[in-house]
Amino acid sequence: MNWVWFYRLASPLWFYQTTTRWLPWLGLLAFILLATGLVWGLGFAPQDAKQGNSFRIIYMHVPASFLALAGYFLMATAGAIGLIWKMKLSYMVMKAAAPIGAALTFLALFTGAVWGKPTWGSYWVWDARITSMLILLFLYFGVLALQYAFHNEEASNKASAILALIGTVNIPIIYKSVDWWYTLHQPSTIKLTSAPSMHPDMFQPLLVMILGFYCFYIVALCLFTRVEILRRERKTGWVGDLVGELNGSTEGKRQ
Amino acid sequence: MRKQASNSFYAYLRRDLLLSYRRLGEAASPLIFFVMASTLVPLGMTPDLASLAKIAPGIIWVLALLATMLSVGGLFAGDYQDGSLEQLLISPQILVMPVLGKVTAHWLITGLPLTLVSPLLGLMLSMPEAGYLPMMASLALGTACLSLLGAVGAALTVSLHKGGMLLALIVMPLYMPVIIFGGATVQYGIDGLIWTAPLAILGAMLAAAIALCPLAIASVLRLTSIN
Repeated sequence: MNWVWFYRLASPLWFYQTTTRWLPWLGLLAFILLATGLVWGLGFAPQDAKQGNSFRIIYMHVPASFLALAGYFLMATAGAIGLIWKMKLSYMVMKAAAPIGAALTFLALFTGAVWGKPTWGSYWVWDARITSMLILLFLYFGVLALQYAFHNEEASNKASAILALIGTVNIPIIYKSVDWWYTLHQPSTIKLTSAPSMHPDMFQPLLVMILGFYCFYIVALCLFTRVEILRRERKTGWVGDLVGELNGSTEGKRQ
Repeated sequence: MRKQASNSFYAYLRRDLLLSYRRLGEAASPLIFFVMASTLVPLGMTPDLASLAKIAPGIIWVLALLATMLSVGGLFAGDYQDGSLEQLLISPQILVMPVLGKVTAHWLITGLPLTLVSPLLGLMLSMPEAGYLPMMASLALGTACLSLLGAVGAALTVSLHKGGMLLALIVMPLYMPVIIFGGATVQYGIDGLIWTAPLAILGAMLAAAIALCPLAIASVLRLTSIN
């Protein structure tokens, strides 16, 4: 089997150059998808029979929750690849994924709270899914805190990779136990899933938004990773050349 | 080989127990914390026994969790500072058994006394009598789980100077399933339901933790103590 592509993937320089080429297009795609989805969802999708217009926050809430969870698994996978194959780039991706994932988890919780006020009458309800998301946010905080605690970069990489992996083992356990806990204490509030199945007119813009969020996530991840690459590879020749080029071009403009 | 492994388990169990026996004051502090902090609840809330009885199972479990979490940070810290952890790491034996021995010693010093003293707290918070046996059973299994999970966090933060708060941040999300089933066991007992069901899940968690956590701790110690 030919593994050359895999090794090439490990090179920060290759990643940097490829993303320089692809990022504008990917950014454009993300922008188009998000703009289409937002205008469609907020302006043209039909009103919900029970919730009226307030349901429209679903177009932010659901994609953010999707990526919050997917981002954690991506972070853990990147950490595992780094531990197994000792890949520098993989640790950089892992480090970049943590703040983005935490921000998306917070966004999901925030939009959920804003949505909860008109539908449930309170910003916060101890619902199973909300609680699980809150715990996910705490897991992200743990990884972030551990990353910044070490001075030694290698120790920081390995420790946070292991913590991310331990979190991954625990996520199903946490979800199951929170689910069980909630059914045990279920209060007499309205259930979260008010619509058993969505009308296609409502669902299609949501699909566009989910795709748009995925593209946006990849763009954000690449940008964060690029910054991390430049920071860690600052002593290498190619970063020096790159900075020299940038300085040269700004000096050229000044003259 | 197997004999050697079990020997190293007992050796480290004995060593840690002996060390804490020589510093009894230090070893007793989680227990004192447990009792002291429970006094804060009626002071901060209400001395009304009926309302205390309602929240007693949850309070006792939360306090037991905090006491374990605060004490677990020292599990590897002393060994790291005086260099004996390094000696353990470069010794030719498998790391899992000494680690398990150390964690077992930690449970014997903190978890077991907490379990034994918990009826006193139940009495002070006027917990219904039906909850005493489930509480002790769930605390015995649950604190062992907490010691094992906490030891992973302690290993991750061992080389950091101010690891205490960080350890809490890392470990607390992992503790949440344990407290869900621990609190539920007590509540089931009080409500007259079959409390052995959530207790069985706690036991399953403990079995999984005994199998997996020492492996994680051993690999973490190898990786992070290079700092």
